[in-house]
Amino acid sequence: MSDTGHSEGKLRYGMVIDLDKCTGCMACSVACQAENNISFRADESNKLRSITWMEIYHLNNGKGYPDYQFAYLPRPCMHCDAPHHSPCTFVCPVNATTRDERNGLVTHIYPRCIGCRYCMVACPYHARDFNWWDPAWPKPMESMLSPEVSPRMRGVVEKCTFCSHRMMKARSKAYLDKADLEAVEYTPACAEACPTKAITFGNIRDANSEVGKLIKDPRAFRILAKLHTEPKVYYLSGHEWVRKQADNVVKG
Amino acid sequence: MDKALIPEGLKRCPLPVFGIWALILLAIIGWGVGAGAMVLLKALNVTGLNDYFGFGAYITVDLAIIALGAGAFFSGFLYYGLSRFFPALKELYKIINLAVIIGFVCYTGAIVILLLEIGQPVRGWFPYWHANVHSMLTEVIFCITCYAIVLLIEYVPIILENRKLQEHKAVRVFGHSLHDCMAIFALTGTFLSFFHQGSLGGVAGVLFARPFAFRGGFFIWPWTFFLFILSAIASGPAFTALVCRAIEKVSRKKLVDYSVYELIGKIVAGLLSFYIVLKIIDTLYWAFVQSPEFGFTLGDFYHGSAYGIWLLITEIIICGVIPAAVLLTPKGRKNSFLLFLMFFLDIVGVSLNRYVMTVQAIAAPVMPFDKWEVYMPTVYEVAPSLAMLAYCVLIISLSYRYLPLFPREKELNAVYK
Repeated sequence: MSDTGHSEGKLRYGMVIDLDKCTGCMACSVACQAENNISFRADESNKLRSITWMEIYHLNNGKGYPDYQFAYLPRPCMHCDAPHHSPCTFVCPVNATTRDERNGLVTHIYPRCIGCRYCMVACPYHARDFNWWDPAWPKPMESMLSPEVSPRMRGVVEKCTFCSHRMMKARSKAYLDKADLEAVEYTPACAEACPTKAITFGNIRDANSEVGKLIKDPRAFRILAKLHTEPKVYYLSGHEWVRKQADNVVKG
Repeated sequence: MDKALIPEGLKRCPLPVFGIWALILLAIIGWGVGAGAMVLLKALNVTGLNDYFGFGAYITVDLAIIALGAGAFFSGFLYYGLSRFFPALKELYKIINLAVIIGFVCYTGAIVILLLEIGQPVRGWFPYWHANVHSMLTEVIFCITCYAIVLLIEYVPIILENRKLQEHKAVRVFGHSLHDCMAIFALTGTFLSFFHQGSLGGVAGVLFARPFAFRGGFFIWPWTFFLFILSAIASGPAFTALVCRAIEKVSRKKLVDYSVYELIGKIVAGLLSFYIVLKIIDTLYWAFVQSPEFGFTLGDFYHGSAYGIWLLITEIIICGVIPAAVLLTPKGRKNSFLLFLMFFLDIVGVSLNRYVMTVQAIAAPVMPFDKWEVYMPTVYEVAPSLAMLAYCVLIISLSYRYLPLFPREKELNAVYK
């Protein structure tokens, strides 16, 4: 049981992103866009109005040549696991954004969202985007939309769901196979697309899983750990300056 | 017909003059309604909001206007609830009608702006159906609706006092009956508005991942919950008094005794002093204890001219400490210019606080590799906001012209007869 009395299982989906492996190729971002029917505009230059579930940040150590170093930091939704709710879930007036306490996924119910954007304000990671326009795709692309993910209408908020539709599919299969639903494994589109295998996904509560082992790596850290949002996305980096930049407590 | 509607024995400006005034206000309202219609038609992309600034002008105006409308519930509470124990508060009956109307227009205006604020206005009823009991916004939405209804009930007997309506016995009896039970509505309104003001503070204070806004607190309520209530009751009556003074200036009539303003000055002085002391303690704790724990220094929260430290100084010192200090002195309250200037500063201070707790709170970057962004409202936010103010002025103007708002007006202006 969590602090709030929610029943929790042995399952907690989480992600580990190895920044030392990430080349900033954006394959994860593009795969996410295609997989989740993320709409886009003809002119995407205004990044404050674009929809990007997997944002890539460019970090640098602030030094000049020849000491200059840089890294890319892909940022999906952190699926925060703070015991008393994620920052976004408990502020939503209509229960449109909720955390599934069985597996820890923070999802968004689009037909219920009223677009008040309080969840966006609550999220320090800017992981949520608002549909400022009606979603649109160029003509040939419309036929390539995934039938498993509902497109979002204008006026609602959306965000990374860790490809929860893939999880549902995997659960359905496990149910038919009479397998343990608590042991269901699946791979989100970003992890599948990453050419350098920088993204690992799985049950972080399972100490024997790959993510379970990686989060214990001495290189592991989380963004803004001091805020106690308890992100389920972990990063790996051997560079001290990268780890320092992830948390305000120690200036990089 | 116009003359027949004006309260007996009272003088009002000629109808054409009032007509021009009403037309100007209607033009502003029309402009705002047009802009609002565009927002509904084209969506929020016409505003200055973006994924960084989920909250902007709409929410700031809403929060400010609701705080200023607190004069209604707090004056009602003082008059209907406490005057039994403190007879001096009975003086407030001279201004209570105006306070109710100001509250009514502020709340109803805020509801309209709230409807523009959400991305899916057609789903505006969802918070009542899918209510999340943990969300401060749910409490805000429930209380604002209920209190607007209470204010409407409080406004009805004032409307029924119109000279022409009073000619009908049934209306007269109904109006008087409503008057008799007004204390119940006033106290219900006090309860609702108390929670409503607090929840607006809670909206910011519970953002535990936004170190600028987040506050610890008592049980489920962050300190901002209590600070918002205090700041609202310290500025609401000042706003009522300032509006009353503005009507006096425009109409060139005495509407209430100066002693009423002095009484409000005394009430505001006490509350503002109490509030500003708590606000300073809260700010010091936030700046020097809580924020460093989250890895921030005070300097991290202020940037450039739009979000400079001048905001903090203006809000706390110029619009808080100074008005509180001046209003605490009998001399300060006796001097009419100083009294109303301090009321004005008080109002600016609370409005600034609402801006800071919404826009500035999200402008301050939290992630170390984020940068400051500047929010600029567009005409689609400015026009509906101004239209809401024009709507407030229009209703107050109509009420002043056709309803006996001020019981002492006839006596105070007998010399003009």
